[in-house]
Order: sequence, then C-alpha cells, then structure tokens
Amino acid sequence: MTLYVLLEWVISFLLVAGGLFAFTGSLGMLQFKDFFMRLHGPTKGTTLGIGCILIASMLYFTVTQGDFHVQELLITLFLFITAPVTGHILAKTGLHMHLRFITGTRGATPEFLDEDVGQHRVERPPRPKRPKRRARARRWL
Amino acid sequence: MNGGHGRLASRWLPTPTLSLLLLVVWLLMVRSLAPGQLLLGLALAWLIPLITRRFWDPLPRVKHPLKLLRFTGHVLWDIVKANLHVSLLILSPRRTPHPGFVEYPLEVQEPLTITLLANTITLTPGTVSTNIRLDRSSLLIHVLDLDDEQALIEEIRQRYERPLKEIFEC
Repeated sequence: MTLYVLLEWVISFLLVAGGLFAFTGSLGMLQFKDFFMRLHGPTKGTTLGIGCILIASMLYFTVTQGDFHVQELLITLFLFITAPVTGHILAKTGLHMHLRFITGTRGATPEFLDEDVGQHRVERPPRPKRPKRRARARRWL
Repeated sequence: MNGGHGRLASRWLPTPTLSLLLLVVWLLMVRSLAPGQLLLGLALAWLIPLITRRFWDPLPRVKHPLKLLRFTGHVLWDIVKANLHVSLLILSPRRTPHPGFVEYPLEVQEPLTITLLANTITLTPGTVSTNIRLDRSSLLIHVLDLDDEQALIEEIRQRYERPLKEIFEC
C-alpha cells in the first residue's frame, strides 16, 4: 500500500518535471535573441523533459501491469541519436545562410573559413511586402 | 577480433557490437522472447550489417567496455545538469547570457569518435557543436554563455575527449 503511494508520488513528480522541462525548452525559442541561441533550447531542454516522461511511463506500466516495460528506453536512445544530429544540421545551415548573431557574440566572424560558411551567401527566399494569410506562417521560420 | 579466425569472423560478422545492438533493439521493439522473434532478430542482426557494410566507415573497436559504461553515466549526469542550467538561463530574463563561438582543437581523429564527441557536446551544458573543419582539425562550438574559452576547452578535453580516446583509440 505505502509502496504504491510512494510510487504514485514519484511518477507524478516525474511527469510534472518532464512537462516543465519540455515547456522551458520551448520557451527558449521565445526568450533567446538569435538563431544559434535558440538551438540550445530544443537540443537540451526537451531531452530531459522527454526522458522524465518516459521514465514515468516505464514505472507506471511496470507497476500497474506487472511485467517489465522497457521499450521506452528505445525512444530515449533514438532521441539521443537524432537530437544532436538535427541540431548540428540546423546550425550548419545557419552558418551557410549567414544568419545574424546578436551583438556581443564572441569569436564570431573573423575566424570563419569559406568551408564553414560557404563562399556565397545563400539567399533567403524573398518576403512578400504584405504577407497574406498563407505566407504569414512562413515569416516565423 | 583476434588472430586465427579473425578474417572469417570479420567477413561474416563484420560488426559484432552492432549486431548485438540490433538484436536487443529488435527484442525490445517486439517485447517478447519467443523463439520465433529471437530467430527473426538474429537473422536481422546478422543480415543488416552485412548488407549495409559498404555504407560504414570502418568502425573502431571498443577497447574498454567498462570505461564506456562510466562515460555514459557521466554524460547522462551532465545532460541533467545541462538541462537545469539551460532552463535557469531561459527562465531568468534579467541575466542576458553572453554567447560565443569557440574553436575546439580535436585530438581524436576517427570519424566515429568525432561523431560521438560532437553529439556529446551538443547534449551537454550550454554548447552546440556547429561545424567540423574538413581536415578534422577542429570543431566549431556555439556556447550559450561563454565565460572563459580556455577553461571550456580544457573541460571538454578532460571530461569527454580523453575518455573517448581511451575507449576507442589507445
């Protein structure tokens, strides 16, 4: 009996913590000022969030159904493989598009070589003057 | 693996570790240990590396499995710390972080080791690896809150690169 109560607390705690971490990770998209800083939110904030929720799920199903539920570990594994790769590709694209940094970014431009940023700037698609409804979604990219 | 039957083994079972990993992943996905699934898993674990072998760079062997375990533990702990750190930075709007780029000179040279290092860097405190020089001499890292460049390089070297190097290369 007490074990169940204790586990209930642990699971609830993990769920709430996971939700909070995932939320703050996404909040970073709003909070940070340039592209490269915004990368930090989703690559980290969400990993732990998802991790907490998955551990909670494992505990819950193991306790309530009586057999081991470990396939959630796979989700964690795939997440840990894919999150950094996506982050890396995004960052590289950012470099090639010469996205601006916020002022005060240290060690920035002079040390970039051509192979890092590309010899020619990759143009962004032009923005319409007055975005119509369909185009508006693209502005935030 | 070792001398005598090494060639035969590397021909028909080029990457035992990968095969084992595939088998485990398969069994976890189907959630059963029934003989049929076991056989199917074994077949897949044997065939997939054989078919995809040409896509792979030669994989270095894991020399110290125990150290790999310890390293994984370290990284997991650091991921937790990284999350707390980044969450705090996000939630305290008063304190503006000082971002910056750091050039990290690489010691390891194997593609897999560099990949692991880059992934580890991305998953850990305030750093995202953005680029690698074509000659594999250094990684470009974006740091969310840069205090001391040298200290950061030293920390990555001690905490991640040296262990990885010991696990795979020495």
